[in-house]
Amino acid sequence: MTTRMMGAKVQRVEDDRLVRGTGRYVDDVAPDALHAAVLRSPHAHARIVSIDVDAVLDVEGVHAVWTHEDLEGAMADPLPLLIPHPTLTHGRTQYALAKDEVNYVGEAIAFVVADDRYVAEDALARIVVEYELLPAVVGIEAARSGANLVHDDVPGNVAARMEQSNGDAAAAIAAAPHTLSLDLHIERSACMPMEGRGTVARWDPDQGRLQVWTSTQTSTGVRAAVAAKLGLDLGQVDVITPDVGGGFGVKIVHPWPEELLVPLAAQRLGTAVKFTEDRREHFISSAHERAQVHHVEVGFDDEGRVLGLDVRFWHDHGAYTPYGLIVPIITSTQLLGPYKPGAYHVQFDSLYTNTVIVTPYRGAGRPQGCFVMERTMDAIAAELGLDRADVRAANFIQPDEFPYDQGLIFQDGRELKYDSGDYPAMLDKIKELVDWDGFESFRAEKAAEGKRVGLGLACYVEGTGVGPYEGAHVHIETSGKVKVATGLTSQGQGHQTAFAQIVADELGVRFEDVEITTGDTRRMPYAVGTFASRAAVMSGSAIHLAAKRAKEKALRIAADALEADVDDLEIVDGVVSVKGTDSSIPLGTVAVLSNPLRYAFDEASKAATQFNVGDPTKPPVAEDDEPGLEGKDFYSPPRSTFASGMHAVIVETDVETAEIRILKYAVVHDCGHLINPMIVEGQIHGGVAQGVGGALYERMAYDESGQLLNASFMDFLMPYVTEVPTSIEIDHLETPSPLNPLGIKGAGEAGVIPGSAAFAAAIEDAERLPITAMPISPSELFALRQAHAQEPK
Amino acid sequence: MKPAPFDYVRPGTLEEALQALAGHPEAKVLAGGQSLVPLLSMRLAAPAVLVDINDLPGLDHVRVSADGVRVGALARHAAVLRDPDVARVQPLVPLALANVAHATIRNRGTTVGSLVHADAAAEMPMVLRLLDGSLDVVGPGGRRTIPVAELYVGPLESSLHHDEIAVEAFFPALAPHTGVAFEEIARRHGDYAMCGVAAVVTVEGDRVVKASAGYLSVSDIPTVVDLTEALDGSISDASLAAAAEAALEQLDPETDIHATADYRAHLARVLTARVVTAAYENAREEKA
Repeated sequence: MTTRMMGAKVQRVEDDRLVRGTGRYVDDVAPDALHAAVLRSPHAHARIVSIDVDAVLDVEGVHAVWTHEDLEGAMADPLPLLIPHPTLTHGRTQYALAKDEVNYVGEAIAFVVADDRYVAEDALARIVVEYELLPAVVGIEAARSGANLVHDDVPGNVAARMEQSNGDAAAAIAAAPHTLSLDLHIERSACMPMEGRGTVARWDPDQGRLQVWTSTQTSTGVRAAVAAKLGLDLGQVDVITPDVGGGFGVKIVHPWPEELLVPLAAQRLGTAVKFTEDRREHFISSAHERAQVHHVEVGFDDEGRVLGLDVRFWHDHGAYTPYGLIVPIITSTQLLGPYKPGAYHVQFDSLYTNTVIVTPYRGAGRPQGCFVMERTMDAIAAELGLDRADVRAANFIQPDEFPYDQGLIFQDGRELKYDSGDYPAMLDKIKELVDWDGFESFRAEKAAEGKRVGLGLACYVEGTGVGPYEGAHVHIETSGKVKVATGLTSQGQGHQTAFAQIVADELGVRFEDVEITTGDTRRMPYAVGTFASRAAVMSGSAIHLAAKRAKEKALRIAADALEADVDDLEIVDGVVSVKGTDSSIPLGTVAVLSNPLRYAFDEASKAATQFNVGDPTKPPVAEDDEPGLEGKDFYSPPRSTFASGMHAVIVETDVETAEIRILKYAVVHDCGHLINPMIVEGQIHGGVAQGVGGALYERMAYDESGQLLNASFMDFLMPYVTEVPTSIEIDHLETPSPLNPLGIKGAGEAGVIPGSAAFAAAIEDAERLPITAMPISPSELFALRQAHAQEPK
Repeated sequence: MKPAPFDYVRPGTLEEALQALAGHPEAKVLAGGQSLVPLLSMRLAAPAVLVDINDLPGLDHVRVSADGVRVGALARHAAVLRDPDVARVQPLVPLALANVAHATIRNRGTTVGSLVHADAAAEMPMVLRLLDGSLDVVGPGGRRTIPVAELYVGPLESSLHHDEIAVEAFFPALAPHTGVAFEEIARRHGDYAMCGVAAVVTVEGDRVVKASAGYLSVSDIPTVVDLTEALDGSISDASLAAAAEAALEQLDPETDIHATADYRAHLARVLTARVVTAAYENAREEKA
């Protein structure tokens, strides 16, 4: 008897392969390929006076060297602005190879193809570029001042200014019995997948076809972009995404310059060409996120209820805006979390700086929004002398208020309308998990040992599973094996496992008999991508629907074969049987029967030949039917589904050295029904680790001239396993989403969102001094202590 | 991040290795490669020739005798760290080695290579200096012993000649009635310390008769400070504070992206008090 797979802690089928090192990544494809390398700008802002590549032509083993002058047609145009928005009045994107001007250290200038990467890099060293240096705009303050411009034709460096409101916040604040204002800062960080970007392309001149393998979060997106830029029809381009060593957002950006230049080189040179990004390149030529400065005005009543909230913030967008305004729009909307302020107004400026572009990184603007809202909640509690959890509870949307409309427009252009949740129940759980009520006695106990500890809490709501759609194709083979294809890509999330669980449940087949393919445009050409915590919601739902179609067809054919009623049939372990009888037929045989044959090639197929099956008076395939036992369907929801969570952390701040130690980390998480709790917990663990990184370790250290000083893993402090909590206590709440057939919500980004907010709260609680900027290092905490000690009391 | 072209030689004897070095003024010696290879990959160093000494016989020893620990040029940090006799004769060596980067780096990196690299943020040069050890090198003129006091001449600069190969380091044994201690504070486990301090304290009864401390990452060459006078025979809050101030007079902490100079100086104070106290306690136990 097949047990239900949905909700079971099924071991990930991917891990055996990935852990043993037999995963197959882009760099493993086409070992015979030529290698590309890119000359990158050493200056943050400069005009290119001239480029001399003559010295490269003599280098043995060099096959091509290109600058912008060598590009034609659409390839010579700027890269696409992927997500336009009416308020993005001054959107700018870079060229595949810089034309006339460079706007950040790392911007691509020239492209070399050589026998191997060593020769390619030797060649780069011989290219002579003459620059006319321009003043670099680095950091939000410099961008806001507008004294120097990143783009001559963008006044004030303002790419976009956007405003939204729900009610009259200014009036509500003016009328409120209490008010506060806060200034809050978050620094830059970045995704840092273990595998950087990478692309391999092969051109088949006989068929006029291009095959591209790329480490992306959207193979269909890359396919469309490559086809458009190279002037090919979609049907001439296959994009295949093999194993991907992490994405975290940076690989949803497309096409990267190399994703176009490599296919172009393959086509022009008639041979396979490969680009594999190295770590330094990833630091200076991929994407960053997070840097924002926020000003908050809030008015509240005696219970801490927010009557009016006005947030103004400035978003450091880097040099270009290829991914539109997604990050600041998410901050401006998701900042509200589980709360319902009486009135809300938000305005942001998206600013150009001469630094690496800013695009979504796991959490995508939510960590900043959560930090702003939760710091505000803590400030209200401190002002009123109330318990911090009580102030939050006073502001929660209540369980009977769903669906709850926040009165704003979300990142997908749809209403910010929460579908379900239970925040009071969640708060009870997190308080219990972290022993909220027992903390003061713990604090006293530690104080007696001369130690200083603090407790922080942060709550968030995350819109997950954004549209427009995903699709799935389910094919039951005559062997009884089930082949499933969905178009979005996998970066290690465990899709093969989770999706197979869904199929096994719906079809009644063994989990082991289901095989999932993702990110291959040959198998599923219609797809969007893996981002915004959407894979389980979107493809999971599509796969469920497609499996349902395949099942309906299987039952219909089986009912005919078994001379039974469809309603009397069940499928268990891949066998269709009439309930309560021993009359049965394997699904594989049903698959044979589904495809009327003229030719037999083995014993099984004999059963489907023309003298064996079918009513000779009717067409072998009915007018409204298709041969084969397959199901295909698409899922397209009206809007996002809203997951939620609360994190609590206890830290010790070393009285002498200002080191920050994590004593306890607790998470309560609600992503609706769980497909595989082990995978969800893995996502939370990874997210918390990145949250620790963002809160306590990681920053992009740009100097005034726009040089990134820590572009290596030696100086960019991604936490090691020794820096993340040794255990993370997790409890789940399951409020199903009414928007999809499985009642699920996304879980991919959740773990990272409240990190900075929770740590700031805990450190503030330990130190009794305001924490308004994250991340924070021991050196910075020491400086805060010094400054605070000198302030008049 | 691929190195510029270089020639590679892998001699089988010390003589051949010395010839290779002598013939190429641009040559660099490759042992564990844990500092050199990243510099090559980032093209921050581009030697014309790499002389790989990993095939040289008889250089991977860790020899312990009553007078101290002798570490051959090809002994990996990990081999030195796990040798129980080393811990017995000079406990400061494993105390510091445990803080050298990560296990994977210690498995490949050599202690002598680290000494020659002469990084004032690295543990082992400071420890050699604090213990007043020495380094044996072989060159065209034969073998000579460089006392550590003459070894470190500038930032990332040792007094080895270009045509010499370091073959063995000597860490003297722990003296009687003497204790040692080590502590460093790094941003992450295994990173270069923001500040690190090691101490050697000798007692007569409860009285401190000799004390010195070595410092990491707060000076540009490995620095050791004699704290005997500042402590004035005893361990107290006041004497420890005086010792820290005495040390800071000879240190020059700098601000970088990980820590300010003020914070490093603060850590030097805190750690001086901690390790001198711990070394003192160990010395008294040693006596008992």
